Amino acid sequence: MITSNPPFPVNSYGPDAVIMKDIDGLNWNLSEYEKRGGYQALRKILVEGMSPEDVIAEVKKSALRGRGGAGFSTGLKWSFMPKGEGQKYVVCNSDEGEPGTFKDRDLLRYNPHIVIEGMAIAAYAIRASVGYNYIHGEIWEVYERFEEALEEARAAGFLGNQIMGSQFAFDLYAHHGFGAYICGEETALLESIEGKKGQPRFKPPFPASYGLYGCPTTINNTETFAAVPSLILEGADAYLSLGKPNNGGTKIFSVSGDVVRPGNYEVRLGTPFADLLEMAGGMRDGNDLKAVIPGGSSMPVLPAEVMMATDMDYDSIAKAGSMLGSGAVIVMDETRCMVRCLLRLSYFYHEESCGQCTPCREGTGWLYRLVKRIQNGTGEDGDIDKLLSLSDNIGGRTICALGDAAALPVKSFIEHFRPEFEYLIKYKKSQVESI
Amino acid sequence: MTDRRLLSIKAYEDIDKEIAKYPVERKSSAVMAALAIAQNEAGWVSEQVVEDVAAYLDMRPIAVWEVATFYGMYNLEKTGRSKLAICTNLPCALQGANKTVDQLKAKLGIDFNQTSSDGAVTLKEAECMGACGDAPVVIINDREMRGKIGVEVVDSLVEELKLR
Repeated sequence: MITSNPPFPVNSYGPDAVIMKDIDGLNWNLSEYEKRGGYQALRKILVEGMSPEDVIAEVKKSALRGRGGAGFSTGLKWSFMPKGEGQKYVVCNSDEGEPGTFKDRDLLRYNPHIVIEGMAIAAYAIRASVGYNYIHGEIWEVYERFEEALEEARAAGFLGNQIMGSQFAFDLYAHHGFGAYICGEETALLESIEGKKGQPRFKPPFPASYGLYGCPTTINNTETFAAVPSLILEGADAYLSLGKPNNGGTKIFSVSGDVVRPGNYEVRLGTPFADLLEMAGGMRDGNDLKAVIPGGSSMPVLPAEVMMATDMDYDSIAKAGSMLGSGAVIVMDETRCMVRCLLRLSYFYHEESCGQCTPCREGTGWLYRLVKRIQNGTGEDGDIDKLLSLSDNIGGRTICALGDAAALPVKSFIEHFRPEFEYLIKYKKSQVESI
Repeated sequence: MTDRRLLSIKAYEDIDKEIAKYPVERKSSAVMAALAIAQNEAGWVSEQVVEDVAAYLDMRPIAVWEVATFYGMYNLEKTGRSKLAICTNLPCALQGANKTVDQLKAKLGIDFNQTSSDGAVTLKEAECMGACGDAPVVIINDREMRGKIGVEVVDSLVEELKLR
């Protein structure tokens, strides 16, 4: 059982929370979810009658974009599914292992039914009869809780045959990972459900035409599904107006690093970064902000002055030179050595490369060894250029995005903090204190 | 399956529940869960475990080996009574994970991938566990996550694990 943390005040996720509204850490079960209006969106669709096309049109109109990293239009993704008969699947990607990201864990342990309801609505929209939720193996207790929630939903008739007296049938199961970051990549995840090594597939074909067991499949992130019930219930316009055009709704940001209160905060898309930082209690020990990775470790790092002028939505962060990604905000203060921070990330990508593509398998190791020798004072003139050249030769040359994810931090850390790399090569010691 | 002896009846029942999640002709989808169930009971994924799981799921042993060696949480060697995995990735490092690691190594008298002389604890370095808000984070024997493991709680954690 999950024993840590709760209960906590119901407004802990922020005053504008929608997905995590009224969550206190204890009220996760079905009866509590129904008291919060749970399963009313599914009822609206099945009993009042919305066609699958109506649902997809509503999701498109809301400007809900994928919460896992790529930020692709959810409604558009659903519309790619073939309309004909035959087995189709809906899959939830809860394999949350992108360093800095810890929102899906809270969603699944404190509000699991909102994910179940969102998946059921998606299944109805894309005409799938079976779904799987792939849960990160490291959060075993959360996996067990999700199984409990599934049992509740089955017993209450929200899963199974003739849901709410309709002809809609949907079965949903949980599948756990066991320690492989790459399975957060959607086609690696499908391979993993099929009982194989999690090695990404070539795309195309995309999962909508060739997915799980070769059948048409839609895969979305946990938070994306969790956004769907309120979107359907309140309407696309209301959802869209929570955020800004092309960036509908609220987003859970996982704030970690040198802040007073690391944690998850659900805010309207378009909220200034400065406000988010304040919700997290501001900078720890009164130190100055130095750098922020705004969207998980795979996204480019940005310097303090850029972040302080940026709003937290897909388009604003892209304009600032990074990506919103998974919404993992890693905050680093003035005491941090940027070379050492990059070293740990480079080790991660080297460790987690699946080994399938040569540029990534060999290149991530090479990146790590180069950053390591700079960091430990044995770097040579030309190493920085070598790192940049190597990064350019990995990015875009692999089956999946892990190669790019390894290259982007290297390029951005050098772009914004090059003097720290140069200082280390010249003086054999760090310009600043280390982590 | 009455002649099976390697795992308990309960373990095979649990594996059957996993098999039931997938289409009948897709039993191999249960391989990750089956190996995790076996590891939880037997402590590690031995050659016998791989062969037993392969036979139970109608898979070739090499296909099960591929899975067991690809995913980082399977123990391919015996561990101490507790396997203590600590994340040292950037968000955990920013909360002092490296100091926790130094203290753990000193207290246990071991390095990563070693087992304390009393057989109580095997220490592992791990990657992101998806719980960075509670950094530094550890996992005990795959299933028990603990957060906010700063240097100040290392002694009591080690004492607790030595009593297990």
